[in-house]
Amino acid sequence: MKSMQTLTQRLANPTRFMELSRAILPWIAAGAALFIAYAMYLVFFVAPPDYQQGETVKIMYIHVPSAWLALMGYSIIALSSFGLLVFRHPLADVSAKAAAPIGAAFTLAALITGSLWGKPMWGTYWVWDARLTSVLILFFLYLGLIALRSSLEDEALAGKLTAVLALVGVAILPIIKFSVDWWNTLHQPSTGFTSSVDPSMRTPLLLSAIGFTLLFIALHLKGMQNEILRRRVKTLRLAEIERGDRAFSERVE
Amino acid sequence: MDLGPHAAFIWASYAAFAAIIGLLIGWTLLDGWRQAKALADADRRGLKRRSDRTANQGQKTS
Repeated sequence: MKSMQTLTQRLANPTRFMELSRAILPWIAAGAALFIAYAMYLVFFVAPPDYQQGETVKIMYIHVPSAWLALMGYSIIALSSFGLLVFRHPLADVSAKAAAPIGAAFTLAALITGSLWGKPMWGTYWVWDARLTSVLILFFLYLGLIALRSSLEDEALAGKLTAVLALVGVAILPIIKFSVDWWNTLHQPSTGFTSSVDPSMRTPLLLSAIGFTLLFIALHLKGMQNEILRRRVKTLRLAEIERGDRAFSERVE
Repeated sequence: MDLGPHAAFIWASYAAFAAIIGLLIGWTLLDGWRQAKALADADRRGLKRRSDRTANQGQKTS
């Protein structure tokens, strides 16, 4: 128990986090680049066309990882928000803030690639069915979290309010995941990594998912580093202003 | 490479995806550069965090 606490305390230290993340970030970024490059080689030069969808199945290799990372991003925000509100973990708010724009970007990517896949397959770019609508709500939730945080000057209050909103919004995750089972939707049921997909398509899909997940982690770590630096700069500037104010009032007195 | 009759949709998907992820990577790196520069500027102006001052004092006394 004592060693567990020590480990948590060690990881909670922003300076230690900066050291650790600086050491592992290049390796994660390099791993992401390798996985994505190899996956794209398989997608465009090896993977066969689908017997029904033809070559449009190539959109799957970016659409499915985007959708998966859209959900993972929100899960990270929800867990970090829980960590902030319950454990007051010093890095939890930094993690939640850094994950929001990345999750929003992958959600937007999932919506656009899905729409461009839908037109040739369904005959329409958009339908208001359960899966598509719930992912659109997720995108608005991300934007809401970013907007709420940036609208408040007080960093601590902004973090807490955003965390509450993030935890309320977590209900969208099971709705997105099971929407294709609960309702009659145009979107096909999830078959992403299951054995019903032929290995010639499953392998590049899996590699693409691993590659973009590593990219997400790398961007999240870099975003957290940026946020820690931003807070340090802000603290220094506030201290400078305080010192200036104190010197001014001493002179006036 | 023949991507069939729906090639435009495939290329548009990959182009949109590359643009979104490219912008995200670029924005993250630019933000990191900006924050590092702001911290370096503060350092040049003699602004130091309490922990840095303590570490420096420790080095001087040891």
